[in-house]
Amino acid sequence: MSAPTRSDVLIVGGGLMGTTTAFFLRRYYGLSVTLLERELVGRQASGTNFGNVRRQGRDLDQLPLANRARAVWGRIKELLGEDLEFVPYGHLRVCYTEAQAAVLEQHAQAVKPLGLDLELFTAEGLRRRWGIFSDGVVAGSLSPVDGHANPRLAGPAFARAAEREGARIVEHAEVLHIEQEGGDFLAYAADGKVYRAPQLLIATGAWSKRLAESFGEPVPLEARAPTMGVTEPLPYAVGPSIGLSSPIETEGLYFRQIDRGNIVFGGGLKSIADPVNIRAYVKPDNTLRQLRELRRFVPGFAHAQLIRVWSGIEGYTADWKPVMGPSARVSGLHYAFGFNGEGFAISPGVGEVMAELLATGRTSTPIEPFSIGRFAGA
Amino acid sequence: MSAPSAPRVVVVGAGPAGVRAAQALVEAGLRPVVIDEGRRDGGQIYRRQPEGFTRGYAKLYGSEAPKAEALHRDFDALRGKVDYRSETLAWNLTPGELHTVRAGEPQVLPFDALLVCSGATDRLAPVNGWHRAGCYSLGAAQIALKAQACAIGSKVVFLGSGPLLYLVAAQYVQAGAQVAAVLDTAPARPPLAALAGLLARPRLALRGLQLIRQLRRAGVALRKGVRPLEILGSDEHGVAGVSVFDAHGDVQRFDCDAVGLGWHLRAETQLADLARCEFAFEPTSRQWLPRLDEDGRSSTPGVYLAGDGARILGADGAEAAGRLAALAALSDLGHAPGRALYQSQHADLRRTLATMDRFRRGLALAFPWPQAQFAGLPDQAVVCRCEAVTAGELRRCVDQTGSREVNRAKAFSRVGMGRCQGRYCGHAAAEIIAHACRLPVEDVGRLRAQAPVKPLPMDTREVLS
Repeated sequence: MSAPTRSDVLIVGGGLMGTTTAFFLRRYYGLSVTLLERELVGRQASGTNFGNVRRQGRDLDQLPLANRARAVWGRIKELLGEDLEFVPYGHLRVCYTEAQAAVLEQHAQAVKPLGLDLELFTAEGLRRRWGIFSDGVVAGSLSPVDGHANPRLAGPAFARAAEREGARIVEHAEVLHIEQEGGDFLAYAADGKVYRAPQLLIATGAWSKRLAESFGEPVPLEARAPTMGVTEPLPYAVGPSIGLSSPIETEGLYFRQIDRGNIVFGGGLKSIADPVNIRAYVKPDNTLRQLRELRRFVPGFAHAQLIRVWSGIEGYTADWKPVMGPSARVSGLHYAFGFNGEGFAISPGVGEVMAELLATGRTSTPIEPFSIGRFAGA
Repeated sequence: MSAPSAPRVVVVGAGPAGVRAAQALVEAGLRPVVIDEGRRDGGQIYRRQPEGFTRGYAKLYGSEAPKAEALHRDFDALRGKVDYRSETLAWNLTPGELHTVRAGEPQVLPFDALLVCSGATDRLAPVNGWHRAGCYSLGAAQIALKAQACAIGSKVVFLGSGPLLYLVAAQYVQAGAQVAAVLDTAPARPPLAALAGLLARPRLALRGLQLIRQLRRAGVALRKGVRPLEILGSDEHGVAGVSVFDAHGDVQRFDCDAVGLGWHLRAETQLADLARCEFAFEPTSRQWLPRLDEDGRSSTPGVYLAGDGARILGADGAEAAGRLAALAALSDLGHAPGRALYQSQHADLRRTLATMDRFRRGLALAFPWPQAQFAGLPDQAVVCRCEAVTAGELRRCVDQTGSREVNRAKAFSRVGMGRCQGRYCGHAAAEIIAHACRLPVEDVGRLRAQAPVKPLPMDTREVLS
């Protein structure tokens, strides 16, 4: 079977940013799309992250994008035919100090005009509503309609849906380099195949530096590995996704309970990323520190058992803002990477916006702060 | 106490391989650390009964009593010369460091050489209804008897294949339990290649035949060439019987209130996985095993594997492999006394292991993994008992999501994602997935292990530095 190698849009990278963009390009605009993925779609940061569908606690300039993403999450079953285990049971942030409580309160005021209503809780209010926290927890802030979903399912489900809509998803296609010729981008894959298109999206997560650099746009991007874990199943008791808000990195923690009963958790110090070999390793002392912090946070966790840890590779930028939007140098070239460990929640919004940009040349969602041009001459 | 420059060697496991490894290290003048999950040494096969129990060796270990007694006696003699840590879990492994936990107290043990003698567990194939209360593995049925002098039920059926099937049944009969039937999925006539292998250890082969005679004399129904149909019963009352197709294709039913299941053994390879050892598919037994050289060196420098945790050679093979791997480790470390022992003994030990390996192949051919059984497993049969994932769900996962690899299927279906982390369902799941996507089983890969090696209590404290 000989398939045409030219399409309207070529996407390099089959993580969530690439697969959601491919899906919306087909669904809303009918453009022909080819997506090239080095191994299997939806792995690394997209498949191994925590699964937060969270808007609070973000930079304010991400709120319009996060709101747009949340609207897509609400329609996920209708769009994909499966729900990705998304549950809008709320996202709760709590803290240990009065100073941090003031930060939560300030944040609640700041996001209100941006369309996010947060409900503030005292220690007593938290105790009455959830009753699981230790006495050290003094205040909280709930975003009632956010929640969590299953990242292992999301990327592959968007890729399958994109395929059903007519996108061409090619796995095990590693792009070695990209050239420009007669208004087209030519992507040369390791197996000798060549793919071409007048528009190109680079969405290769922590590995995006090399391709961006090849177009004269270097980005300070670093690979990091989150420390993740999951307990045995426990009786279902906790609806919202819960995070600890703290300026102290070692006490950072977030957890959620899935329908099956297991507690999925992460946070604190990063583990070991080996982007060259596409491997990430959890550091045992990070895991033991997380257990200490989990007990401090919710004393009942002391009686459970940890059954698995894992990690993946995420891209972090120097200024903790993503790289998203058109190239500042090359016409037809676009980027979506460097989401700093908080890309999962906003990924369907990123896909919608990137599809809109690629198809129409503009977007109604403000993304200027994320332009790659900010690093030019740096 | 060994000299400060002595190499730091850690042995994981105090079964036949671990004890003989530790003994060789002590002979060479070292004081190794020996980590073991059990309360007492001996491993699974030579498990020691709890203090206060008074059964004699002959009663506990039958024909293997002298070997069990020798192993226990030799380890007792080592006690002052090794740093023995019982009831200790090696929960994680990073380059050059073993991470252990005992009663909530973690410890990091740096090593120059690590000898992993982690043993094996039962290898299980799902049977429709095997999730019902009253189903045990053969190993668990044996442990109940050995450690606690308990039977798993008042009327027991043993179903599966392999030498353990007959051994446990005979031990139950001897202990006075009622054994309703022994149902073997292996064909009545083993292939000629199997016989050739079994003759590598004629005495052991003969002992197998004696067990069968003993069972027959006791009036136990013995069937070969069966195909399991169902473990009958209800979710409320548990197991009520077993139904199988016999070798003629007729349905036979045996009433019972407990079932012991097992198809020989599978190696416990989580530590080898965490050590980043390379694995290779072993076609005779259809399982993935760490790559080893003939002395027990893995692909990771400094990590040595011995015993049933690496190759299912049985207890005698484990004793030889443990000693050889320990001496090879010392030789590699440039430890002079160890190297001298290695040079004088490795040829004999290798020869012993080669004989054991011929026998292993013979057993694997005579009591094959029932690979043909998986295609016919009904959709409603549970495959992963921890997560209650059925054969039908796995097949749907292949059909609807195109998963052609076991870790992918795990991500989508939760198979192997529970407390046992796929140690008991992983082989069967791979067979079902391979059959559903019409691939050879080796092409769908193997479930990768992650820490912890076994569930880690969350009251485990931090390591004090």
